[in-house]
Amino acid sequence: MKIAREQVEHVALLARLRLTDEEKDVFAKQLSQILDHVEQLNRYDTTGVEPTATVIGQVNVFRDDEVRPSLPVEQALANAPDREGDGFHVPKIIEER
Amino acid sequence: MALHKLTLFELQRKFAAGEVSAAEIVHAYGLRIGQVEPKVRAFVNQTKDHAMAQAVELDRRLKQWRKTELLMGMPIAIKDNICTEGVPTTCSSRMLQHFVPPYDATVIAKLRKQEYLLIGKTNLDEFAMGSSTEHSAFGPSRNPWNLQCVPGGSSGGSAAAVAADECVAALGSDTGGSIRQPAAFCGVVGLKPTYGRVSRYGLVAFASSLDQIGPITKDVRDAALLLGVIAGHDPMDSTSADVPVPDYTKALVKKHLRKLRVGIPREFFTEGLDPEVEQAVTAAIGELKNLGGEIKDIELPRTDAAVAVYYVLATAEASSNLARFDGVKFGLRAKETKDLLDLYMKTRQEGFGPEVKRRIMLGTYVLSAGYYDAYYGKAQAVRTLVRQDFEAAFKEVDVIVTPATPTPAFKLGEKSEDPLQMYLSDIFTISVNLAGIPAIALPCGFSRAGLPIGMQVIGRAFEEETILRVAHAYEQAAQWHLKKPPIR
Ligand SMILES: NC(=O)CC[C@H](N)C(=O)O
Repeated sequence: MKIAREQVEHVALLARLRLTDEEKDVFAKQLSQILDHVEQLNRYDTTGVEPTATVIGQVNVFRDDEVRPSLPVEQALANAPDREGDGFHVPKIIEER
Repeated sequence: MALHKLTLFELQRKFAAGEVSAAEIVHAYGLRIGQVEPKVRAFVNQTKDHAMAQAVELDRRLKQWRKTELLMGMPIAIKDNICTEGVPTTCSSRMLQHFVPPYDATVIAKLRKQEYLLIGKTNLDEFAMGSSTEHSAFGPSRNPWNLQCVPGGSSGGSAAAVAADECVAALGSDTGGSIRQPAAFCGVVGLKPTYGRVSRYGLVAFASSLDQIGPITKDVRDAALLLGVIAGHDPMDSTSADVPVPDYTKALVKKHLRKLRVGIPREFFTEGLDPEVEQAVTAAIGELKNLGGEIKDIELPRTDAAVAVYYVLATAEASSNLARFDGVKFGLRAKETKDLLDLYMKTRQEGFGPEVKRRIMLGTYVLSAGYYDAYYGKAQAVRTLVRQDFEAAFKEVDVIVTPATPTPAFKLGEKSEDPLQMYLSDIFTISVNLAGIPAIALPCGFSRAGLPIGMQVIGRAFEEETILRVAHAYEQAAQWHLKKPPIR
């Protein structure tokens, strides 16, 4: 599987990763190599085989909906790169008109 | 005998008998760390001053009242992707360089309840992605047996710290071999429990369907002891299993392997296997036979597929798990960004190293529209086949014995430029994670160059006792665990 540079750019945007030009070239090459290796999975016939998402066979685990103490605001904000009052501060996301 | 050379079992006995104080223990380890750490670089963050303060307090209390828990006063090292309240947990990443968790992982809460002493947080490949610790943002750790060689990864810091006697035991995490491969490279014991045996709450997630926490120790008994403390159901981890925790040390009573069927999968003994590793493991199988084990040839025909399946599923899960590192609530935030998208993209560019970026890219790609079925869906289906191989084999045998790694420890820099070669070095450990079953790595010899060689014992789900029994019987007969690295 040959990965083109445009594909790398597309995937990087999906992943919210900014890449340098050099990284784009390197990743195009390395991802192609790794995917070539992955192609060997096609040697295995999987018609009718159930996919495995988890090995434990549980589906949903429920618990009672009880009020419990949660992380205090100050502690939750202690690692915040930027805060304002009791919230996380982020750049504006709604454009003014 | 110097305190730092004792096993957890031995040190605990001395402490419980009042022969040594906790302060003396921490002092001894402090000296040892001072000596060897500049060469080994096992730790990201040492906490011995804090451990000393705790030790003094412990000794003071014990004067009036003497009741000791297994881990009380024991200096233990923790891989730096396991959250420790109030102590930075970096994942060896710039992204989390200054992150201080507001809570303890469940395994840490269990250790703390027994009043263990945290001696330091150990180095890893960034976010546990790698096989050598060379992907740590803070520089690689070294193999105590040969400082030119890698300690393995991703729990390389934990394995090196145990091998160099910088702690009495350690915890690591294993997604595709990260406990067992470094244990094998460093000549110590590493156990990956059954998926669900140990709570993952507070372990920074890499690939949630594969991750497990487990012990890295100086011998098999210590692994049994430490596993007994950390295992068990946890309401905070909905994938943790509600299965009773046995007394794992009971598994160590039998010194023979009579009535036990040991499977040897031929797929693990092919071209890529280093001849010295092959010799050592073959000799170990001979020893298992002497101990009364019934040796049987078995097949695991889909072994070849494991690495490919893993690098699709693990990267896909990682790309999703690591989406949380966006510069908003914790961790790094890039400066001077023009809008929110720019903030995400720049933060992730600056915070993640090359291997993590490569994994996120690969994982995003295999999950993206148009490729999902061909890669992700296909890998999930082949994962089922890999599991079926083990299920079939375990109808014939009780344990499976293999080499833990295809070669002894490789040199620093040898594989760091070629991701695929690095990935392929995990070929013997990965299928166990895909199947969710337990396995233990332990030393079974040395190469002519003096590097440890490890073998792996694999068991059925929740049959940790059986693999511990086999590992212990072998260890006691072969005595490799008594050899110490030349470093001083
Ligand atoms: N955390 C792990 O078990 C890592 C396994 C493997 N070395 C990888 O790079 O993904």
